[in-house]
Amino acid sequence: MNNIPLVHFLYLAAILFGVGMFGVLARKNAISVLMGIELMLNAVNINFLAFARYWNWNSLTGPVFVVFVITIAAAEAAVALAIIISIYRHLHTANVDDAHFLRG
Amino acid sequence: MIQYSWLIPAMPALAYVLITIFTKRSRVLSASISVLTMTACFGLSVGVLLDLLKLDPANRLVTFGATWLQISPWQANVGVLIDPLSVNMLLIVTFISLLVQIYSLGYMHDDERFSTYYSYLSLFTSSMLLLVVSNNYLQIFVGWELVGLCSYLLIGFWYFKPEAANAAKKAFVVNRIGDMGFLMGVVTIGMVFQTFDFAQVKVLVAQGLANHTLASGYVAGIAILLFCGAVGKSAQFPLHVWLPDAMEGPTPVSALIHAATMVAAGVYMVARTYNLFSADPMSMTIVAWVGGFTAIFAASIALAQDDIKRILAYSTLSQLGYMIMSLGVGGYTSGMFHLTTHACFKALLFLGSGSVIHSLHEQNIWKMGGLWKKMKITTWTFAIGTLAIAGIPPLAGFFSKDAILEAVRDSTIWHHEILYYAAVFTAFLTAFYMFRLFFVVFTGEARDKHSFDHAHESPISMTGPLMLLAFLSVVVGWLNWPGVDAYSKFVYYGDLHLDGATSFIQLLTQSWLSIVVATAGITLSAFFYYWKIFSSEKVATTFKPLYLLLKNKYYFDEFYGWIVDNILFALSTVLKWFDDEVVDDGMVDGTGWVARKMGGLLSLTQTGYVQNYALVVFGAVAVIFLLVSF
Repeated sequence: MNNIPLVHFLYLAAILFGVGMFGVLARKNAISVLMGIELMLNAVNINFLAFARYWNWNSLTGPVFVVFVITIAAAEAAVALAIIISIYRHLHTANVDDAHFLRG
Repeated sequence: MIQYSWLIPAMPALAYVLITIFTKRSRVLSASISVLTMTACFGLSVGVLLDLLKLDPANRLVTFGATWLQISPWQANVGVLIDPLSVNMLLIVTFISLLVQIYSLGYMHDDERFSTYYSYLSLFTSSMLLLVVSNNYLQIFVGWELVGLCSYLLIGFWYFKPEAANAAKKAFVVNRIGDMGFLMGVVTIGMVFQTFDFAQVKVLVAQGLANHTLASGYVAGIAILLFCGAVGKSAQFPLHVWLPDAMEGPTPVSALIHAATMVAAGVYMVARTYNLFSADPMSMTIVAWVGGFTAIFAASIALAQDDIKRILAYSTLSQLGYMIMSLGVGGYTSGMFHLTTHACFKALLFLGSGSVIHSLHEQNIWKMGGLWKKMKITTWTFAIGTLAIAGIPPLAGFFSKDAILEAVRDSTIWHHEILYYAAVFTAFLTAFYMFRLFFVVFTGEARDKHSFDHAHESPISMTGPLMLLAFLSVVVGWLNWPGVDAYSKFVYYGDLHLDGATSFIQLLTQSWLSIVVATAGITLSAFFYYWKIFSSEKVATTFKPLYLLLKNKYYFDEFYGWIVDNILFALSTVLKWFDDEVVDDGMVDGTGWVARKMGGLLSLTQTGYVQNYALVVFGAVAVIFLLVSF
């Protein structure tokens, strides 16, 4: 594993983040948007672990942070899915563009 | 006793609170609280006088106080200043108020709002006492405004009568005009001297004038601003119009307003701030001429009035003119002495007219007549009051009025000789119209049989004060008995100055002119209205325009009405247009319009599309990242 350079992990993370961001900004389905968010979070996780590995494996700061992010991502997914279901019940669609009640 | 003098204004104020909150239901309790506190105040005032007399004449001045508000660099104090002038006023106010309150027990007996009446009387007296004991300009202004408020409440006491409600409003509004000047004067004093204290201002003015850092014309300007207040409160020309209308209030209130409180406040204030007035001849000249003009002007109106209280009201205006004129020509002592004697006989005359009105329920003198048969005490006391105001020796009015005439004659003011002859002529008119009133009301035969049959002498609570005041109207003048001069040695400004007369006979010979004019006025009046040798109707028809002019009070009410209707309303219309179009539509609505439009523009950014927001967030992060990196 040591022969894979750090920068490769960062490339992977950047690609994953880009894919996730595309999902968040471009997809109309709320579920897809949520999936994009998950991808972005995981890209961040990869960065955390990669830096932890190449910098100071003895420090648990990076891995612990990742555990927190995963936990929060799960909670966030639960809340977000509940909101999406609620929106779907109201509008009979999961299209984020249809939910624009707060337009000025 | 002097250290307790702060209780004198405080006690009636407390009585007002007690009556208003607790004893409104009980007429007896309310009246007794009011009368008892006033008795205590009078007793305390006498005690203060005795204490003051023990002090050396050169430094009879005690002052103390506490901080009320501290607004740097100004400090508003509340305090007490006891000197001969304020003690003089304390005695007048508490004594007259006490008698008026006792008198009202009978006069207001049938009134439904008896307790309220007594609470107002207490507050009125308290305000006046607050003004009198004040040791600074701010407190005198507070008392001044409270007096104005109470006069409004009492003149409009019978507010269900439209005339009373209007008269109350008129008194209030006219007083506001004068008070505006007074307030400006007080504020100017605060700005120039950084203090409101009488004693400190006096020292600063004296210093400033001595080392030429303060122009005397500047002090005169302040004095004239203050004098505006006195013109309003003491009903001097041209703000005299409210006082005759104030007759709509209960008669004892008129007595209180005319004799002791309210109108005396203006004269007192000029005397209190005399160092400002005497700094420059210009302010003195204005004061003297306003007073002198008011004296003769009001006396001429009184000649043609038919309402018993209106005649007395114009006589008050005229006598107040005397006092103001006296102060203006430098006759400080004579002005205050006339205030003192006038308080006695004017209270007597008003309470006497109240007794007549109480018995007849009529105010037109041409429906009265022959009342001496029914009302012996009222007639005798009224006769004494009339003689006193006419200036017949040895009654009170003679001493004070003659002192004023002497002061005018000996003054050096601009054209004082004209003022002197005007004052002498006013004395003649005073004797004439007062005896016209007396002869028409009390002598001859009854003109209105019906009301005459109902006439009866008033109860002892009313005649008692009358007799006491009649006694005083005779003897108060003797304070300045030639050779004794007790009053002149007590109340004076600057150096002690006594007139030359050392015996009564000498005084009589010196003042032969004022005795002659008074006697002439009475005789002429008797020719017209007692012996009826001359016919007043004939004179009235011969000089019809003049008669109408006097009867309609020189059309001043109409003139002011015209000013209000035309000039003021025209100005108001312009201002209303400005307010509607520019202020409301332009500025107020314009502010709202701008805010709404700005909000509309900004709300365009709120698309409601969540992905737009996310894009902005990511874009912003990217921009920040780029900015930080390069």
